[in-house]
Amino acid sequence: MTEFILNNTHIKTSEPAGMALLDFIRKKRHLTGMKLVCKEGECGACTVLVGNEQGDKIVYQSMTSCIMPLANAQGKHIVTIEGLNMDKLTPVQEAMVATNGTQCGFCTPGFVVSLTGALLSGQSISESYILENIDGNICRCTGYKSIERAAKSIYESLNGSTKMSIADLVQQGYIPAYFEDILSRLNKIPQPATIAESANMRVGGGTDLYVQKPYKMYAADVLPLYDNPALKTIEIIDNQCIFGASMTMGDLYRSELFNQALPHSEYVFKLLSSTQIRNMATIGGNLINASPIGDFTIWLLSLDSEIVLNNKGSRRTLQLKYFYLDYKKMDLQPGEILEQIRFDIPPANAHVHFEKVSQRKYLDIAGVNSGSWIELAADNTITTIHLSAGGVGPIPMYLHKTCGYLQGKVMNEATLEAAIEVLNDEVSPISDARGSAQYKRLLLRQLFLAHFLQIDPEIFQLQKLIKM
Amino acid sequence: MTKHEKLSKKSSNIDAPFHVTGRTKYVDDMPELQGTLFVKIFPSPVAHGQIIRLDYSKALQMPGVVAVLSEKDIPGENELGGIVKDEPMLAEQEVHFEGQPILLVIAETEDIAHHALSLIEIDIEAHPVTTDPIIAHQQGDLLHKSRTFSIGNTQEAFAKCKHVFEGTAESGGQEHVYLEPQGAYSIPQDKGGITIYSSTQGPTAVQRTVARILDMPMSQIEVDVNRIGGGFGGKEDQASPWAAMAALATYHLRKPVKLILERKEDLKMTGKRHPYKSRYKIGLDEDLNILAYEATFFQNGGAAADLSPPVLGRTLFHSTNSYDIPNVDATAHCCKTNIVPNTAFRGFGGPQGMFVIESAIHYAARQIGVTPIEIQAKNLLKENAVFPYGQIVKGCEARQCWSEAVEKYQVAALQKEVDDFNQQHAYQKKGFALMPVCFGISFTNTPMNNARALVHIYSDGSVGVNTGAVEMGQGVNTKMVQIAAQMFGLPQQRIQLNNTNTTRVANTSPSAASATADLNGKALQDAGRQLTERLHDFIRQDLNLNKNERISFKNEQVYVNEKASALSWEELIQKALAQRINLSAKGHYATPVIHFDRNKEKGHPFAYHVYGTAILTCTVDCIRGIYEFDKVQIVHDFGASMNREIDLGQIEGGLVQGMGWMTLEEIIYNEKGLLKSNSLATYKIPDIYAAPKTIDVHFLNTDTDNEAILKSKAVGEPPLMYGIGAYFAICNAVLAFNPKAKIDYVAPMTTERVLMGLYGL
Repeated sequence: MTEFILNNTHIKTSEPAGMALLDFIRKKRHLTGMKLVCKEGECGACTVLVGNEQGDKIVYQSMTSCIMPLANAQGKHIVTIEGLNMDKLTPVQEAMVATNGTQCGFCTPGFVVSLTGALLSGQSISESYILENIDGNICRCTGYKSIERAAKSIYESLNGSTKMSIADLVQQGYIPAYFEDILSRLNKIPQPATIAESANMRVGGGTDLYVQKPYKMYAADVLPLYDNPALKTIEIIDNQCIFGASMTMGDLYRSELFNQALPHSEYVFKLLSSTQIRNMATIGGNLINASPIGDFTIWLLSLDSEIVLNNKGSRRTLQLKYFYLDYKKMDLQPGEILEQIRFDIPPANAHVHFEKVSQRKYLDIAGVNSGSWIELAADNTITTIHLSAGGVGPIPMYLHKTCGYLQGKVMNEATLEAAIEVLNDEVSPISDARGSAQYKRLLLRQLFLAHFLQIDPEIFQLQKLIKM
Repeated sequence: MTKHEKLSKKSSNIDAPFHVTGRTKYVDDMPELQGTLFVKIFPSPVAHGQIIRLDYSKALQMPGVVAVLSEKDIPGENELGGIVKDEPMLAEQEVHFEGQPILLVIAETEDIAHHALSLIEIDIEAHPVTTDPIIAHQQGDLLHKSRTFSIGNTQEAFAKCKHVFEGTAESGGQEHVYLEPQGAYSIPQDKGGITIYSSTQGPTAVQRTVARILDMPMSQIEVDVNRIGGGFGGKEDQASPWAAMAALATYHLRKPVKLILERKEDLKMTGKRHPYKSRYKIGLDEDLNILAYEATFFQNGGAAADLSPPVLGRTLFHSTNSYDIPNVDATAHCCKTNIVPNTAFRGFGGPQGMFVIESAIHYAARQIGVTPIEIQAKNLLKENAVFPYGQIVKGCEARQCWSEAVEKYQVAALQKEVDDFNQQHAYQKKGFALMPVCFGISFTNTPMNNARALVHIYSDGSVGVNTGAVEMGQGVNTKMVQIAAQMFGLPQQRIQLNNTNTTRVANTSPSAASATADLNGKALQDAGRQLTERLHDFIRQDLNLNKNERISFKNEQVYVNEKASALSWEELIQKALAQRINLSAKGHYATPVIHFDRNKEKGHPFAYHVYGTAILTCTVDCIRGIYEFDKVQIVHDFGASMNREIDLGQIEGGLVQGMGWMTLEEIIYNEKGLLKSNSLATYKIPDIYAAPKTIDVHFLNTDTDNEAILKSKAVGEPPLMYGIGAYFAICNAVLAFNPKAKIDYVAPMTTERVLMGLYGL
């Protein structure tokens, strides 16, 4: 049984827990405002808001319902476009009409939901924040300019308020009045009984499983890990940042503790998919998926992270750089669950950096990505170095050899030139839809150099690399 | 037009309030009738081969599966081809592209149908696969006969040229990514007919195809289109197969049947913009006048002709873009390969032709040591010049658009700004390019340039409008309502625009070629004129007016000599009906003037041309090979825009779509002819950050006499071609970093090509 509130309706359903939430909404509830376009979380036309209790408040996150397991709706408030509609258009809807932000209309409900989600997210609202909330919504008609004008006009309609309570939003007509009772209604939904460990398919946010094997997932006996409170923690102990495997990218993006551990990481999060997917994708899922190009995995590798694996109470700790054995093969025993990720907080003088290049800069899978942690002595001797790279081998790579070569050397052009040779030997990219092997080698070299150029823009003269 | 009848040009999209509330209904949103069945297509897993064995007995036994249909179950002709009969709807013995439909599984749910597909067994003997149009041409695999447009004498002209250059250019395919996938819902009617709700730009094309497949008269097939969630040409002809498949199931099972493609199916099974490989030779005199131009286009048509022949034609029509070139030889080959049959896509072959001439100019400029801008400016079209296809250039705005763009957006200052920036930044380089566009309006197949409208005035004074236009986001509904409201002096709320339906308006041309508002709007005006005349005659009698007194309608009131009379619109209608006046009218419009002789390849195929110039500026990150577009500035010839908001939306959207084609959208087939960019995870269209940071559009208001509706020029396709400038802007930035960069004129300019170019690989 899955129990939740859909718009203003209490739902208690025995539909399979693995069913995609969008299918439930469209086919079982006959609410057709949210559209099925890609089934991959790539376009945002199916975006719903997911309201969850947070302390004494309810905050909403946008998610793509086409790849969201019904199970993950348990105990939440799910809002579709129908749940925002009132007799009069809301200011968000008005703005989209007034700026001609809609042409064929198929993406439009998703945009309206995402834009409204910005106001309900509990985050500080700015014009750029509103725009950021539609980074996962694709429109093929407008070229986005009219939608940007709508976002601007929505921001202006707030008259300078940067935080809006549910009551404020109801009063000003952004959302219907029933939102005010949702928190108390959600409180009445009982916690689900512990789900049998025998369930055959562990699911975090589902953002990869539902893309890879949707039909299998619909029928699967799923064990949802997404809301498991034991996996939803973050803390800093003894200069270590420790967090649960079900923390989502969005959770970490918004986490003060994570931000304390890795300040100035906003640019990294923005390169990781979209708002909707960040709200769904768990870090555990990213690691277990073992994609050779997983962005967060590559980032964590460069932070020399450790993981904690739990087999019914018996735990072991493993360095992430030794976890991946071969393509999609991990040092993971049957029954083991990835429970925790931890990394030492880099000292203030460390240079920690992440690079990613994809065909489209945002909301795309990397061609190559790479992370670095570099510490230098006063004479530029490299005292600490961790480098990782994705898309250049069968596994997400910690660049053992390149790091080994650079450790203890003085950072200068000659060192880097020699290191490029080592790097080239260490990787084995293949040609695929994300680029030719030759390109990926070239790109890796560039990203490798980018880490050092970030520290000292004069350290390497790129022009000398031009082949004549 | 009198002051009273003046059109309200500020009218926001009438559909918008329904879109923003999610109340708009697309095919898949319609309530399902009881007993509705679902179709899944069993497609060819290979690109070319002979079917040796096909066994679907296990699928048929699966509970919930109702039927499996093959080509043998087609009562009529197993044929989709509208121009060339070369495309079976369901494969017979051979398959010619990956994704070619072979069988239809009909089941009680989509899920069951999906699972049943995996129970079908097939053995196919693989045949050689060709994906390259030049190889296909060498093998003599052509879908249609080649065409050549000629003017002047290129041979003589090249001999007089100071500079002659030869080169090649290639542009890739483009997936439409209309957000609403292809689909149809077919419902049996009790008089033996079938009603089909289809996501199509061409209701008549669907009707004709279904009738042919089922061997039924067209009169028994009703096709209804409320609207579609994007088309861009992808649903001009290629919406028909899905409708015909659903209808085939309805025919056999007498049940409502729904077929909606999943995105991955849609990507694999539907045609795209044609990739082209081309060769050119360009000759210029000392003063940079282009004296001669030769081009050979190899169009990758895919496995069947579909709309490739007319797409090929438009490549030739636009092979000289906005330039006056006295000696031209342009030949195009329609090549047959083992990929999905390619089809219409906004611009319809025009963009592919323009990319080649722009590449030739860019290459020539680099070799001569001038900027491409100098060559472009020098050779822009002038009034009374002659296009290679014989039409005389009239109402030419090419030079006005260009010079307004250069002045208004201060190209000289931009050049300095870019140069200064490039001086100051080692690893970031800016580049910019100008892109003039000249695009002909009309279907190049002259007989298609006609439309009809049916207008009813109801007894309460409300008006129902029916046309052949399909709303797909381009705003044609709003424009039709604007026209009707203006004709009758009514507020827009009194006008109801009905679904596009083949029983109300028959034998329609598809909503395509940018001409939908022109054709249907003028047919609507014709119907309106008939009704107005009847009403005026009646008023003259009723109010005893003489012939010189002017009657008009305004604010739901009858005006006589610009003064409000006592007669309201509603009273007028009731009185007229009481006098048994016919208040329904059918309007017709056929574009005058146009003609074309296919044997001579000469004539006057276009009602008019649309002009404009865009300036695109980008910044390339030379460490990573990524880029951003800082701004795009456009001067566009709108004629007298009847709806600036909607027309602006077409410019912005078309531009970004064109930029996507030129930069990040890459269709990839492997050597086996299998589509590798087969999902939206691997095929990337612009997101909000990929769009230029700013788009500035200057409305050039021109009042030249033209055949456009209310002189508001067609606006659907032309802006897409501004996007071509994106390729050259990036090239120019790459050249600023590496002056010896090998520019191969292969689009799209992906991040891979940029990085390889920057570092000389």
